[in-house]
Parts: sequence; C-alpha cells; structure tokens
Amino acid sequence: MHELLARLPDYLGGHLRLSLSALIVGVAISVPLGVLATRRRALESPLLAIAGVIQTVPALAMLAVMVPALAMLALPSIGFLPAFLGLTLYSILPILRNTVVGIRGVDRAITEAARGVGMTPWDRLRRVDFPLALPVIVAGIRTATVWTVGMATLSTPVGAPSLGNYIFSGLQTRNYPAVAVGCVAAAVLALSLDGLVRMLEQGVKAERRWLTAGATTALLVLAVWSGAGLAYGSNFGGAPIKIGAKTFTEQYILAEIIGQKIRAESDREAQVLSSLGSTVVFDALKNGAVDVYVGYTGTIYANVMKRDPQHVDRKVLVQEIDHWMQQNHGIRCLGAIGFENTYALAVRRDFAKRYRLHTISDLARVPPNTRFGADYEFFVRPEWRTLKASYDLGSLEERIMDPGLMYQALDGGDVDLITAYSTDGRIEAFDGALLRDDRSVLPNYDAILLVGPQLFWDAPEAVDALRSLLGSIDARQMRHLNLRVDVDGRSPASVAAEFLANQAKIEPSGPPKPSPSGSSGQ
Amino acid sequence: MIRLQQVTKRYDAFTAVHECSLHVRQGELLVLLGASGSGKSTTLKMINRLIEPTAGTIEIDGTDTQSVNPSTLRREIGYVFQEVGLFPHLSVEDNIGITPSLLGWDRARIRARVNDMLDMVELDPDGMRSRRPNELSGGQKQRVGVARALAAQPNVVLLDEPFGALDPLTRDALQQTFQKVRRESGMTAIFVTHDMVEALLLGDRIGVMQQGRLVQLGPPEELLERPVNPYVAALMDTPRRQAKALSDLSDA
Ligand SMILES: Nc1ncnc2c1ncn2[C@@H]1O[C@H](COP(=O)(O)OP(=O)(O)OP(=O)(O)O)[C@@H](O)[C@H]1O
Ligand SMILES: [Mg+2]
Repeated sequence: MHELLARLPDYLGGHLRLSLSALIVGVAISVPLGVLATRRRALESPLLAIAGVIQTVPALAMLAVMVPALAMLALPSIGFLPAFLGLTLYSILPILRNTVVGIRGVDRAITEAARGVGMTPWDRLRRVDFPLALPVIVAGIRTATVWTVGMATLSTPVGAPSLGNYIFSGLQTRNYPAVAVGCVAAAVLALSLDGLVRMLEQGVKAERRWLTAGATTALLVLAVWSGAGLAYGSNFGGAPIKIGAKTFTEQYILAEIIGQKIRAESDREAQVLSSLGSTVVFDALKNGAVDVYVGYTGTIYANVMKRDPQHVDRKVLVQEIDHWMQQNHGIRCLGAIGFENTYALAVRRDFAKRYRLHTISDLARVPPNTRFGADYEFFVRPEWRTLKASYDLGSLEERIMDPGLMYQALDGGDVDLITAYSTDGRIEAFDGALLRDDRSVLPNYDAILLVGPQLFWDAPEAVDALRSLLGSIDARQMRHLNLRVDVDGRSPASVAAEFLANQAKIEPSGPPKPSPSGSSGQ
Repeated sequence: MIRLQQVTKRYDAFTAVHECSLHVRQGELLVLLGASGSGKSTTLKMINRLIEPTAGTIEIDGTDTQSVNPSTLRREIGYVFQEVGLFPHLSVEDNIGITPSLLGWDRARIRARVNDMLDMVELDPDGMRSRRPNELSGGQKQRVGVARALAAQPNVVLLDEPFGALDPLTRDALQQTFQKVRRESGMTAIFVTHDMVEALLLGDRIGVMQQGRLVQLGPPEELLERPVNPYVAALMDTPRRQAKALSDLSDA
C-alpha cells in the first residue's frame, strides 16, 4: 500500500494536468463556438453534428488514433499531447450543446427588451444572454468535467501517466488494491473538480466574492501544481531514456530491468512508459517517443513487416528483423533476450483427463462448441487461422476476454480452453495442462531488444548495458519472474531489482552467458 | 418629429401593417387604438427598428432611421414593452439604469436618476432598489418598465400598454405624472392602449388601426363626431355606453 501511495502524486498530478488543460481548452473552444452557432443559424446543425460524431468514437480508439495522426504531422505522438487532444475533443460536445441550448433558451421577451434598451450584440451577449444561460452552460462544463476525468484514466496506453496507470497495471498484475486506489482517486478527483466548478458558478451568480475567489484560487493552485510537475519532469538533467512497455506483466518487469540496468551502468536517467498499446509502442519507437522496448520476433515479423513467420528459423528471424528495421526505420535489433513467449493452449486438468488431452491434435476428441477464451487480438491473428486449419478447430466457440481474467475464467469453468503464453507465471501456479503444438505450426516468438536510432548512436554505454541482457533470461526464469508479480503480488520494480542483484552475484561483471535455449544476439 | 411614410410589414403572405403613414409632432402624444392583432405593437417596433419594415421610410427629427446604427437609435428612444421584459438577473436599480449605463453615465448620476424614476412611478426607492423582478407584483413590474424607458431622458417614447396592469387609482396618478413630466420635457410619445378613457384623456390625437391599416387619425373630437366607419364609431362610443350603464345602475 505504501508503495502504491508513493506514486499517487505523480499519477494524480498527471491526471489533473491532463483533465484541467483539456477542460480549459475545451471551454475556450466550445463556448465561443456555441455562441457563434446561436448567432449564425446555419452553423448550428453542422457544429453539433460534428461534435456528436466525435462523441460516438469509443474513448480508447479516439486516444489510440491520435498517435498515428500526430506522428503523421511529425508532432510528439506519445505522452501528453495525444491524450490531451483526445480529451479536449471529447469535452466539446456537452459544453457546446449546453451553450447553444442555454442561450437559445433565454426568453424572447427578454432578448427583445435587451435590444430595445439599446444593447449592441456584444452587450447583449455579455449582459443578458450569457448570465442567463450560465447555469445551463455550467451544467455542460460539469458534465464534461466528470467525463474528462473518467476518460483520462484511458490515457495510460498512449503514454500519458495518469491514475489509469494504477488501473491498467493493477488489472494486469492482479494487484486489486492498485485498481481500487486508481478508481477511488479518479472518482474523488472528478467529484472535487465538479464541486469547484459548481462553487465558482454559485460565487459568480450570487456575487459572493469570497466563494468565487476561493474556487478560482483552488483551481489555479491545482493547475500550477500539476503544471509544475510537467516542467520538473521533463527538464531535469537532460532527457531520460524512455523505455516502452506493452500492457502485460512480463513487459513491465523487462522494462524495469532495462531501466535499472541503464541507470546503474550509464550516466543516463531512464523512464518507463508502461501499458502502451501494442501498435502504439512500435510507432513510438519509430518516431523517437520511445527509445527501447522488448518486442517478439513472430509479432514484429507478421504485424510490422507483414511477412509470414511460419517455418522460419529463429536465428534467421532475428537477423532478418534487424536488417529490415535498419533499412526501413534506422531501428536496431540488438538480439534475443533468451526466452520465447509463444502462444500455447491450456485446459483444466479434469477436462484434460476426461478427453485424454496431451497435444493440440487431441482436441479432435472434445465436443463441438467447447468454449475457447482468448485475448483481444488472438482470433484475428494468423496463428489462429493456422491452428484452426492445421488442427481442424473450427467447431470451437470463440470467446474474447481480457488476458488478466482468462485463468480465472478457466478455473471457474466459464471456458474450457484458453490461450496461454509459454512464459506465464500462472501456468506454474495453476492446476492445468498445456497442450503441445505437436505439428509445430506456431511461429517463434523470441523476445528481442529493439533500440531506436537516437539511443543507438548517442548513448553507447547504455547500449552496452542493454547488450549485457542478451541471452540472460530463459523461459523458466521469465516464468518465475512473472509468477512473483502475478501470483505473489510483488511490484515489477522490486522483482526486477532482485533479478539484477542475483545476476550480479552470479557473475560480477562478466559477459552475458550463452543461453541454453541457443538464441543469442548477432 | 416621427414621420412614417407608406410603412408596410409583411410576414410571408400575411401583412401585419399595411402602408401606414403618419406624422407625430414635437411634444405631441399620439394614442394608437385597435383590436388585438391589428398591428399596433408592430408599428411601434418598426420605429425603433426592433422590427425592420418591409417597405416605406421612417424618419425621426428628419433623419431616416435606416441611416442610424440600431443600438444608438434605441438608446435615444424610450420603449415600454407590452410584455414588460425586465431582466430577471438584474436588480430593479440595474434594470432602470441599463440605458444610462450603456450611454456611459457615471455611477452617482445613474443612482440619482434611478431614485427619481422610482419616485416618479410611485415606488419606494429604498424598498425596491435592490429587489429582483421576480420579487415584484405585476403592476410593480410594469412601473419599473416605465421607469426604465424614461431613465435616459429620451426625446421620444414608445409605450405599449404601459399602465394596463395597474389598479385604477395608481393608474390615474401615473397618467397625470406622466403627462406632467412629458409636457415639461417636451417629449414626443406614441401610446398604445385598449382603455378608451385613457386614450381620450391623454391623446392629443388618436389613431385607430384595423387589420394592419391606420383607418383614421385625428383629434379626439373628430373621431367622436365624424368616425370614418362603424368600427371607429363603436370604439369611440364605449365610454358613453359605460357611463350609461353606470348611471342606469345608480338609478336602479
Ligand atoms: N413574427 C411574426 N410572424 C407572423 N405574424 C406575426 C409576427 N409577429 C406578429 N405577427 C402578426 O402581426 C399581427 C400584428 O401583431 P401586433 O403584435 O402588432 O398586434 P397588436 O395590435 O399589438 O395586438 P395586441 O393588442 O394584442 O397587442 C398579428 O396578427 C400577429 O399575429
Ligand atoms: Mg401589441
């Protein structure tokens, strides 16, 4: 718990910075647009329609499309900017709509009187329309406030730290207190900001200066505090090396190992950007928002290079990836870390016994409509197509679920078969059976270190530190590290520290030991 | 002072005011009479350009109103709305002082003027000044509306049933005060009312509107003695009929 709360100022600050800036810019855009819509009738429907369409884009997708969109414009495509833009776009509709409705709702007799006493259009807006519409506009701002604070938890996968980091990494590592801290903190933040906005409104309406001043001061203090965090974080002692991590435990641990290694063996600071979306992280490496991350050969080969990784030798895969990356993006593949994280299929032991299952071929014996749970991408991946075709698995009933929940679903009997990963620590803890790929149709997924050109050329000592990790972790070790986090509930950082300490004990300063699994960097 | 020439207002196929021509002289009070929907309010609103005429010209003091910025024009013309239209978020004081404040008067002058205006419409300044419109009775609102129209000392006032919601005694008092103030300052006025006694009492001349047309315009005696049509005759006859009903009542 203490460790959790230590990160609260960072996450809360990031969250507040995002929400407040998105809201302020949202208000600055939407209120004038709303006023314009009431003055130019023809604009009203198109403006509201556009804002409405924006609103229907799912929040996660909205934030995710910001990344390639910004990258195309050569702007920083990861971190604050994409999250800020997404949230700002989202805040527009409620404020815009309420501004229009509020101003339109002012009694005609009163607007006519306003003209009749000699007000110019500007006087009218300032002295009559706006004050009378204010409660409705503020209601819109309050709706936007609650939405924005809630949505800001989704900015974690695009690299903007927020309270969502608690939730994403907590769900992944089954650290439910972390999830709870994230949710509660976000709710408290939403209610507090909402309350401040309401206080501000009441202060303005009732002309109670102390109330207005109090609310304004509170908002300013929050803005300055969260803004100061940004300035401090980004300008202190040269840019840190940024390590990307996708949304699962193994990635968190490896990112921590890399970070701690760089800090220990070079004079550079390192910063982990965790829970990045799978395509986000490669785009980020491409445009320099991330300097290094751990990829998997089969994934890179198929998703990025768009080639078929099946039946390609694992060493050849690594070489071809390095060659292709260098040619196309200046990215280097330093080599394999040692273990492979491949797809496997897991069943409950009683289920395996009933149908005498040992290999994937044995699945021919299970009844049709056996329920098969897999992560978000599996069913659209080529591996599934291959498996389905090679083992004739077409009659399974496909269920998509969060990877963090699959084991529980299997254990509870909600599904009978799941995809598992060969390095998953829960395989050791869980009373189940892994089915062997007896026809060897699945491609290789060796973990490799991918390094962006800037890091590669500008920080040789950091690259050396990274090279010393090559071939240093085999599948059994990785499973064990994952187990420590997933089952024992340790933090990725402490597991990483422990790993590095043990490694230092075994070989104080030697070169990487050749891994028994055979794969090594070139 | 106020000159309308062939002024017409059409809404699509419907003609609200049809080729209305009239001239109100400096310091004169013209009463406009007519059935509901006959175009009285529309005529008033075209004078201060709350409604733009479809055709015709309107001059004030020899200047075509189309050549003047509408908000400048309206600051110089007092207007009492039929629906009153007080600003609900402003105090009585700020409602009355609105045009002076738009004209840039200083605070002290506005405040003094607001007090005078409240006195004039027989409302107690100390009790009323800081109230909101929703804390006023219908008649009180109407008087604040009159005070607001006169606050900036306009040369021209347009009053759309300004005393309709008042009790008879307050109405009598306000009619007299208004007449006095108007005579002293030489204000030119157009005054819409449905009350024939008020029309006869206040009007230097009376105009009668019927379905968008100004059918007769002249001094009260002329309308009483030579009505142009049965409608005008019946209208002008109402005070006499009421007086007769009254005397029948007291005879009985
Ligand atoms: N915006 C509009 N569109 C169409 N017709 C309108 C519009 N405004 C007013 N009218 C019509 O114009 C006619 C004149 O309206 P006006 O308000 O001038 O009547 P009035 O003489 O003031 O009536 P009252 O004594 O009831 O106040 C009415 O028949 C009314 O329905
Ligand atoms: Mg009217």
